[in-house]
Amino acid sequence: MLAVRVKLRRGEFALDVEFEAPTPGVIALFGRSGCGKTTVVHAIAGLLTPEEGRIALDGDVFFSAEANVRPERRRIGCVFQDARLFPHRSVSGNLRYGLRRAPRETHRIELHQVVDLLGLRVLLPRRPYQLSGGERHRVAIGRALLSQPRLLMLDEPLASQDLARRGELLPYLERLCSRLRMPIVYVSHQFDEVVRLATHVVVLDSGAVATQGDVASLSRSAALRAIVGTEGIGAVIDGEAEARDAETGLTRVHFGAHSLRVAMDEAAPGRRVRVHLLARDVLVALAAPAAPVAADVLEGVIVSLEPDASQSLLVEVDVGGATILARVARGTASVSALAPGRRVFLLVNAAWSRAYAPPETSRAGE
Amino acid sequence: MALRSVAFSLPLAIAVAWLLTRRRFPGRTLFDAVVHLPLVLPPVVVGYVLLVLFGTRGPIGGWLQRSFGIELVFTRAGAALATAVMSFPLMVRAIRISLEHVDRGLEDAARTLGAGPLDRFLTITLPLILPGILAGAVTAFSAGLGEFGAVITFVSNIPGETRTLPLALYTALQMPDGDAIAARLALISFSLGLLGLLVAEAVARVARRRLGG
Repeated sequence: MLAVRVKLRRGEFALDVEFEAPTPGVIALFGRSGCGKTTVVHAIAGLLTPEEGRIALDGDVFFSAEANVRPERRRIGCVFQDARLFPHRSVSGNLRYGLRRAPRETHRIELHQVVDLLGLRVLLPRRPYQLSGGERHRVAIGRALLSQPRLLMLDEPLASQDLARRGELLPYLERLCSRLRMPIVYVSHQFDEVVRLATHVVVLDSGAVATQGDVASLSRSAALRAIVGTEGIGAVIDGEAEARDAETGLTRVHFGAHSLRVAMDEAAPGRRVRVHLLARDVLVALAAPAAPVAADVLEGVIVSLEPDASQSLLVEVDVGGATILARVARGTASVSALAPGRRVFLLVNAAWSRAYAPPETSRAGE
Repeated sequence: MALRSVAFSLPLAIAVAWLLTRRRFPGRTLFDAVVHLPLVLPPVVVGYVLLVLFGTRGPIGGWLQRSFGIELVFTRAGAALATAVMSFPLMVRAIRISLEHVDRGLEDAARTLGAGPLDRFLTITLPLILPGILAGAVTAFSAGLGEFGAVITFVSNIPGETRTLPLALYTALQMPDGDAIAARLALISFSLGLLGLLVAEAVARVARRRLGG
């Protein structure tokens, strides 16, 4: 269990955050830029001292009214937004820095494991300035891991990366989260990263916790919607994957009495997976659509209708076993037929939906 | 002698530069001003103050002589002291500038990796300010070679003991047929100065390449 209560004031900005999250697992701190995510991370690491609060990991108190453990004694591995590699040391020298300072009896992550896991072998003799942004972050992650931390914190490791680099780094992060049974705090302002990696989400908004919980239940919360924005709204469904269809390359995911065909990076038959279904990718029909092409049809009952952006209506539909969000344009004639309790059919285009295999550690925590 | 003065004052200069950049304490501005004083005072005044403080009857000089038998006035060590005091601000300045440019985030990163304060200073801060330290040392060394006013006031101009290069040159000029000697000394001065600047530049270039800046 990671228990955090932090109160502090910096000029105009006031932070008052309290949350508890199960460990091991991937705890996502999610929120817009400037909401205080990095400040919370620095407080947990001990790099800044809260005015009051309490920070404890698995029963060990790092900070309270009586105690304030120095950062070098907390054994919390940090990957900063700007990587912060030591410019005067090679990649190998950076990796060994934390390893050499970790107490002998804590050694369980070996250099060669980290090198393999993060694909660092060819980078070892290089100097930090010779690395790309994504490579820098991989080295920073490796360096933090080798300090044999009790908790790993990643502060927006993908924020400074372009889309291609994000795609390159995310699989490493997924592998990392599922292989290590180590609690991870993952800071992000991108909800898709949270969906892929997190087991527990803490949503921050202007220095306070807006809401928290597991990803599937949070995906429909109003507080999260306000931060994710109209484009990012969607349902998160937990299901079980079948084997990948060799012909279409799609994987069928079962949940409740239904199933959906989705795209997945890796084949994971029998595994629990998470489908991120954006509201804008779901169509609503009043009668069963005849012969849908490359789309799945789900039947359900409208739970609620809510106007969201200026021209659209957010429809929440219970399909039995999951709640799915769909966005429809407001004002058209057929929309007026929609009402809570009404039976509708949802069309999900297989080309848009994606499923992720969330970290295995999540099951231990659940 | 200039080498000795640099060797003695370097650790002190690093400490002072660190204090001035990293610590906030009462009287910091005054301390800053005192450190830089030799830069703005006439060198003769500095020599005079040294004479008063470190002379055999002065408060510090007297104590040194009684306790350790160290005599500074009219000695080589005294000349080194005078040079050190004069070039100290130059050294502090160079180190301070590079210390201000060190990314504190790197020290924080080292902290989270388990490095204590001294460990951090030796493995992160010091290597990062090394170019500044070397540049400061070379500048101070070159400036030390040319020190005239403070040296002549404090330790006089004794051949083979406290006669520095510029003092020797000045003495040569006073002699009826010293032109040739003066020219030779000037040439030595030139080469040493040029060498110092080249070394400083080379050091800076190597450091830049290693850091990829």
